[in-house]
Amino acid sequence: MWVRRVSALARAAFCSQSGSPAGLSSASSPREEGGCREKVTLELLDHLEHLALVDFRDQEGVERLQKAIEFADQLHSINTDGIQPMDSVLEDRCLYLREDKVTEGNFAEELLKNANQTVEEYFVAPPGNIPLPQLEDRDTFLQKKKPEAEDLP
Amino acid sequence: MAAPTVSRCRSWFQTGSFGVRNVAQVRWRKSLVGASTLRGSASKTTAEKNCDAPWTAVVGLEIHAQICSNSKLFSGSQVKFAAPPNSLVSFFDASLPGTLPVLNRRCVEAAVTTGLALNCTINKKSLFDRKHYFYADLPAGYQITQQRLPVAVNGSLSYSLCVGKNQNEMVSRTARIRQIQLEQDSGKSLHDDARGQTLVDLNRAGVGLMEVVMEPDMCCGEEAAAAVRELQLILQAIGSSQANMAEGQLRVDANISVHHPGQPYGVRTEVKNINSARFLAKAIDYEIQRQVNELENGGTILNETRAFDFRLGCTIAMRDKEGKQDYRFMPEPNLPPLILYDAKSLPTRTCHHQVVNIDQLREKIPDLPSVKRAKLVERYGIQPLHSFTLVNEDGLMEFFETVVTATQMNPRKVIGWILKDMLGYLKQHNLVVEESPVSPLLLAELLNLLESGMISSSAAKQVLEIMWNGEGKSPALIVKEKKLELIQDQNELEHICRAVMDSHQKEVAEIKKGNQKVLNKLIGQVQRTTGGRSDPVSVKQILEKQLSLQPRKKTP
Repeated sequence: MWVRRVSALARAAFCSQSGSPAGLSSASSPREEGGCREKVTLELLDHLEHLALVDFRDQEGVERLQKAIEFADQLHSINTDGIQPMDSVLEDRCLYLREDKVTEGNFAEELLKNANQTVEEYFVAPPGNIPLPQLEDRDTFLQKKKPEAEDLP
Repeated sequence: MAAPTVSRCRSWFQTGSFGVRNVAQVRWRKSLVGASTLRGSASKTTAEKNCDAPWTAVVGLEIHAQICSNSKLFSGSQVKFAAPPNSLVSFFDASLPGTLPVLNRRCVEAAVTTGLALNCTINKKSLFDRKHYFYADLPAGYQITQQRLPVAVNGSLSYSLCVGKNQNEMVSRTARIRQIQLEQDSGKSLHDDARGQTLVDLNRAGVGLMEVVMEPDMCCGEEAAAAVRELQLILQAIGSSQANMAEGQLRVDANISVHHPGQPYGVRTEVKNINSARFLAKAIDYEIQRQVNELENGGTILNETRAFDFRLGCTIAMRDKEGKQDYRFMPEPNLPPLILYDAKSLPTRTCHHQVVNIDQLREKIPDLPSVKRAKLVERYGIQPLHSFTLVNEDGLMEFFETVVTATQMNPRKVIGWILKDMLGYLKQHNLVVEESPVSPLLLAELLNLLESGMISSSAAKQVLEIMWNGEGKSPALIVKEKKLELIQDQNELEHICRAVMDSHQKEVAEIKKGNQKVLNKLIGQVQRTTGGRSDPVSVKQILEKQLSLQPRKKTP
């Protein structure tokens, strides 16, 4: 579960262009031999946490993320010059069109069986989107690391 | 789907609707006079200097229209308003694992027809994308939309609005349409603040929407409201959407900014989910004025999303979407490109259920509102302004045409009764045409009584009032019961006229001095005496005759 989430995040990080180099000085093994390798910056981590509503929690989480990005970065070694990107292996197939007929529905009870909590025939969710608190107020290791980084001479 | 500011600026200068801009400038400035005088000379800032310059507002709309279809865009569950919660949900709509989207042909046709009606270029190949965001009523965590290559592009919407002191002058405008894209609707959330929870109903999740993205070619709330009304009429005419704002079938987002003419555009805000025709113009004008006031007072405009509060009549910043959104668009891997055909490119070997033929859809488009109006003007000789009212009010055109076919009265006279009397009553009682207690056939009967000289026009108005409040009695019966028939007996009329003249010697003398205008007063007096049962034309003749018979008459 955890791994799947991180790899999904890695994909997001992959597309992300937040280029500010204010890196985590303590981020895991900043091996520089790859050259174009993207470091997990504090801003990037913050952005990802907001998007995914996930708290990376500790150093280990960040290391996993870094590794996932490195793993995905291997794709960059393939030369794709002049090649049309492929959306899907089905992209040259015909898109099937359905008749406008009602064929499904009327099984609220069965559907709601999967839900953790329900009220009458409704799903129950937390109120609105709960935004992550501002970085300063967040109880994460990101925040704890920050003063340490500043402590360095 | 907001475009970068640069391209918006460019598009503004292409339109060149300078007339409109001037109107807006005057307006925003006028309302500013109060604000600037209030501030006095306490702060001589740059804002102070600028406040002499007028402000220009730029308004662009994004409109979501719910497609009128039996089933949803990608699943076979029903589309219906106000059904029991979660009763119209398939496994796909709830995004259970292993489900796949299957595109509804009807939704594609609706979008193509809408594109054609709005003069768009239809893309023979369009693509689907995923737009990601987290919300409880979006179970998949993404919405399938058309970001890269939408189904229709580069269209235009022509609309008209009333200007001038008495709102009796029509001007026409055109707003360009950037694109029309197919996308899924989300579910609905009911926020229960007391218990700190959100109730989610997925009945609406996956319903087909057409998002119509317009260029920022408008400059005030009134223009935007007129454009939305015209779009609504077009969608209803072609049947691609019922476009009922009260049921959320037409939702409007407005991008708004203000700037001084000749200067770059200001920072824009987005007013989301304006779901009321009545408040559309108000919400936009409020936001324009808010931005002007903010800038006049040395403040800045934030690029933010705001909501219009109908009760407070103002826009407020929305809380939970702070910061820049990152939608992480990606191609929808489960849907190959959507290919459309025309008569020339029609494939011979594919099953015809699988082919959407653009040319065939074009042929099926019925009369659009603009054509309907032109035909009304041509067929009945009524004013263009009146044709707008007839088409704008739901069912009024049909009402008018039914009356016209059932009466001998000239349509140009009928239109007055429809627009002034009938519509007046309807507005006064806050009813729609369909709910009118007076049917078109009964009104036609009344107008026939008037036309045949049975009753006077003032008596006809009395009868209409009784019909409006009555219990469906025929006009002829009401006339009989209330004795409203015109006095046909010439002797009786002459007798009444004589009596009126006798009791109004002063006026008679005036007329004899040559002041013919006073004659109208006498006619009115006769009308009053007869309770509106005399024909003014014959009364006039009788009076003139009697006046000329009297001695000492001065010839003018």
